[in-house]
Amino acid sequence: MSALPKRILKETERLMADSPPGISAAPKDDNLRHFDVTVAGPESSPYEGGVFKLELFLPEEYPMNPPKVRFLTKIYHPNIDKLGRICLDILKDKWSPALQIRTVLLSIQALLGAPNPDDPLANDVAQNWKENQSAAIAQAREWTRQYAQ
Amino acid sequence: MSSDGDNDDFVYDDEYEYDDGFDQDEEADEIDSTSEPDVYDALSPAIEEAPQKKPYDVTWKVKTLQEIIDMQNKEIKKIQSVLEVPPSSAAVLLRHYAWNSEKLQEQFWNDPATALQEAGLSPPSSPTTSTQPLPSGPFECPVCCMDYDAASLEKNTYAMGCGHRFCKDCWTEYLTGKIKAEGESGNIQCMEDGCSRIVREEVIDEMVAADVFKKYHNLLNAAFVADSPNLRWCPHPDCQYIIECNQAPTRMLDQLVPTVECKCGNELCFGCGHPASHRPVLCRVVKMWEKKCADDSETANWLQANTKECGKCNSTIEKNGGCNHMTCKKCKWEFCWVCMGPWSEHGTSWYQCNRFDEKSGVDARDTQAKSRASLDRYLHYFNRWANHEHSAKLDAEFYKKTEKKMEQMQNSGNLSWIEVQFAKQAVDVVIKARITLKWSYCMAFYLKRNNMTELFEDNQRDLERAVENLGYLLEQNIIDTDSIAKLRSDITNQAAYVQKRHDILMDDTLKGYLERRWEFAIPT
Repeated sequence: MSALPKRILKETERLMADSPPGISAAPKDDNLRHFDVTVAGPESSPYEGGVFKLELFLPEEYPMNPPKVRFLTKIYHPNIDKLGRICLDILKDKWSPALQIRTVLLSIQALLGAPNPDDPLANDVAQNWKENQSAAIAQAREWTRQYAQ
Repeated sequence: MSSDGDNDDFVYDDEYEYDDGFDQDEEADEIDSTSEPDVYDALSPAIEEAPQKKPYDVTWKVKTLQEIIDMQNKEIKKIQSVLEVPPSSAAVLLRHYAWNSEKLQEQFWNDPATALQEAGLSPPSSPTTSTQPLPSGPFECPVCCMDYDAASLEKNTYAMGCGHRFCKDCWTEYLTGKIKAEGESGNIQCMEDGCSRIVREEVIDEMVAADVFKKYHNLLNAAFVADSPNLRWCPHPDCQYIIECNQAPTRMLDQLVPTVECKCGNELCFGCGHPASHRPVLCRVVKMWEKKCADDSETANWLQANTKECGKCNSTIEKNGGCNHMTCKKCKWEFCWVCMGPWSEHGTSWYQCNRFDEKSGVDARDTQAKSRASLDRYLHYFNRWANHEHSAKLDAEFYKKTEKKMEQMQNSGNLSWIEVQFAKQAVDVVIKARITLKWSYCMAFYLKRNNMTELFEDNQRDLERAVENLGYLLEQNIIDTDSIAKLRSDITNQAAYVQKRHDILMDDTLKGYLERRWEFAIPT
């Protein structure tokens, strides 16, 4: 494995020293491009009170290509599928090399606070979200209690 | 299909305007397509009386890549002088407005600042490159986190008018990745998150290697052709030409089959890019047919040959061994595989069904027949279509065989080279007619059953017979000089007849679209 680029070292350093509220990210011992991440559910969202585990991987081309991020904790959300994959524009075509791990994780946290059922990844969840929002939110709350606490 | 009065008299003339975004003034009168290729012009100037243009034919021009580049440059120059912007900005503006210069000018004069900004350019007051003073202290590139001291900033970093500064190494890596890996060209934006400033050509030239810059230009040209509804790349392998046709916009494709011929010698459909003529069938019908064939034909053939449907629940059943006493796995219905009637009526005559005419058996087969009818109908047309498709694929061999025969005729029949050309011409006619026949079966599959369709199928049958006869004549062996003379006149006559039948089918079908005579059993 080649030496870690300065950018990744600096980002890791800053993340460890001063992580955004409700977010933690630490590289694994055996692979410094592979991060264990936790994100706290935002207040007044159905995910409030839950702590969600994610994994984040910085590919060889980072920061020219976006990091790969996935939820490990089961979550009921229209833009996150069964496998934990996330539908978020900055992780795909809207990626900019000026974005960072920190900004990506903040965007994911924001996505929990503002689900977008019109751009769904998990079709069944999105449909439920649109047709019967209160039931969907109750379900999300239930899953948070069951899997993220 | 609704008919709005304008289209009833379908005539293409100079009044027919289709705004293609280009200056047509100087070009309006040259028409490439109706004249013969250069070789003929040189050899026989008498051919000037080009075949009369039919109302369903389109005119087109074949362009080289250089001409396409010139077209862009001409537009860029025009916009550059009208709007008084640098050439690279004119190019960015034109690309943003998909080369619609009228729309661009309208928007620009309405509000220049917004037009520039929306296209990803600096507002008119600010320059294209950042004029903000260079940072006085050391600078850390936000992308790679490398440090640059104040003295090397000018040389090693760069910021566009938006002021987002990055080191040149990162710019190079970023731009190379966008161009080579993602195939982007005209809309590569600043590296900063959320900044929509477009990276202009001269910046890209400065930052990337020569081969990447070349690829950038190829992508720009490809995007230009893709953005222009009146341009299309020739789809044939290794062909670099571009076809320009102003008469086949998408909305006309319900009435027109715009077959054109590229300078590489191959035909294509300008409407959908199909790499051969698919006349007389409309583009969208071809698309539907090809999708259906890709999905269904193999499976359908196999089902047809190997399975029957359960008389009760219609499950498809394959009998892969054992006796004729079948029990449907799904609904437990017991029946005879031979007569499809209920097994209970078979008594003890196992293994040997002699009940084919019994009523219950006939009924069971009737239901089955119904469920098979649509499949059979499809296979009927598909097999004829596929048969001609297959024959057309063998045309190289057909030519070879005919050439041999032509040699033979020259040797044994004392005919000159010119005198035996009739055979090759006949093969040309057969091949052309087979392609038309092939598509005519696709057409017939989708046509509603009515009188018009019957006329269509009459024409189709006449052509089919004529082609078969000609094919038969071309297969004849040459015995002696007398028979050669007779064969020659037979083939020539039959070829002329096939050509005539072909033209009738084509002419009638294509005119039928303009006259809205055809009714399709598909959603329009």
